[in-house]
Amino acid sequence: MSTGGVGTAFGEALSLILAFDHQVLDIALLSLRVSGLAVAIGLLIGLPAGACLAVGRFRGKQTLAVIANGFMGLPSVVVGVVVYLLLSRSGPLGDFGLLYTPSAMVIAQIVLVVPLMAAISRQVVEDAWRQYAEEFNAMRFTWSQSVRTLLHDCRYSLFVAVLAGLGRAMSEVGAVMIVGGNIDRSTRVMTTSIALETSKGDLPLAIALGLVLIAMILLLNGLAFVVRNWAMRRYS
Amino acid sequence: MPMFPVSASRLRFEPNGHAVLRGLDLVLGGEGISVVLGPNGAGKSVLLRILCGLLEPSAGTLRWGDYDHCPEGVAMVFQQPIMLRASVLENAALGLIPLGVARRERQASAWAMLERVGLADRARDSARQLSGGERQRLALARAWLTRPRLLLLDEPTASLDPSGAEMVERIIREVRTEGCKIVMTTHNLGQATRLADDVVFMASGCVREHVPVSEFFRRPASEEARLFIQGELPWQMAF
Repeated sequence: MSTGGVGTAFGEALSLILAFDHQVLDIALLSLRVSGLAVAIGLLIGLPAGACLAVGRFRGKQTLAVIANGFMGLPSVVVGVVVYLLLSRSGPLGDFGLLYTPSAMVIAQIVLVVPLMAAISRQVVEDAWRQYAEEFNAMRFTWSQSVRTLLHDCRYSLFVAVLAGLGRAMSEVGAVMIVGGNIDRSTRVMTTSIALETSKGDLPLAIALGLVLIAMILLLNGLAFVVRNWAMRRYS
Repeated sequence: MPMFPVSASRLRFEPNGHAVLRGLDLVLGGEGISVVLGPNGAGKSVLLRILCGLLEPSAGTLRWGDYDHCPEGVAMVFQQPIMLRASVLENAALGLIPLGVARRERQASAWAMLERVGLADRARDSARQLSGGERQRLALARAWLTRPRLLLLDEPTASLDPSGAEMVERIIREVRTEGCKIVMTTHNLGQATRLADDVVFMASGCVREHVPVSEFFRRPASEEARLFIQGELPWQMAF
């Protein structure tokens, strides 16, 4: 494609965004819904799991920590295939009829983000636990009271885990393509649309979605930065 | 069940083969303030941690009255108390969480306690913005709020200026008048004179003397104690 062609495509992409093109909006909103829900559920599982790994004293703790760290880089297509096999008609969860629905995409993204959030949470909470353990033990905190208090105390540092999860979920393409099927107006999210439109040669839509995706990620990171700075000032 | 006297017999603590306590014998009654004195490395802080149940002795016997394990009602304030990223009020209420006190009740009790230690006007501020002296007062309030019968204080006024130390001492006296037994370590001999009912003098992981405070300063029985009071340095290390 010539330089002029790329320029034209960028111009058309900006026109789509500025005109609040309904197709771009629908796809962006579905992406936000799917990834937002996956991250919300993922943080309910991943953050406490990481904190339990940090505070708990049980057999296999180190092995679990290694597994969580290893699964941070789990290939999304592998997750896609596993979730596909679970949700397919002949799979153990086939009766629920979730394959090729946004729910299937949420499930796949939860599987992707939980290890990432758990690993970051474990690291953050473990650092705090090293400082607090003696005093918590002197106050006779139970294991679960320690986990809850540490998660609350590390809440601003754990923003990193949430952002990392959101980044992973929103930028992921392989798993949602496999379990969602990239069906128009149903399971088509930004990443799968960008891949499809690029292969079709519809660059303006692909670029528009790419710009929206980048803007969303920058906006969320900016928000996190502001909250973190506020917390640093508030709590020294 | 009574938790006094606290008695240690031939107590040893040897992490990784390094002897910190070497057959310590000690009996502490249930009243007054016992000040543990001694040079650095004598094992004072380790003794407090063992009395709080944070460390397991390697050998010997330790009893808290009828208990052979550290019972409820023992609280400890550390030299550098931790402050959560939360308000002064929430930090004061922290010690009540393990006692199962409801949140609203925790906060009401913490508020009343902050008034007693002169921190009520800082209740909504971040605890991490407090000065060193205010932090120690908050840590004392946090421990006091749990109504301990035995309160262990590890150098509670280390690195505080005289006015900060004076305020901490005033709180310690107040806690004492409520019938709580206090065991504290310090390097400040003036403070020991002002606060102590009895002095436990430790050196090389053993108790060398355990006598009333006036007797300790007037007639130290051991040569080590005499040198310590005079500020001489028989323990200094060769570099």
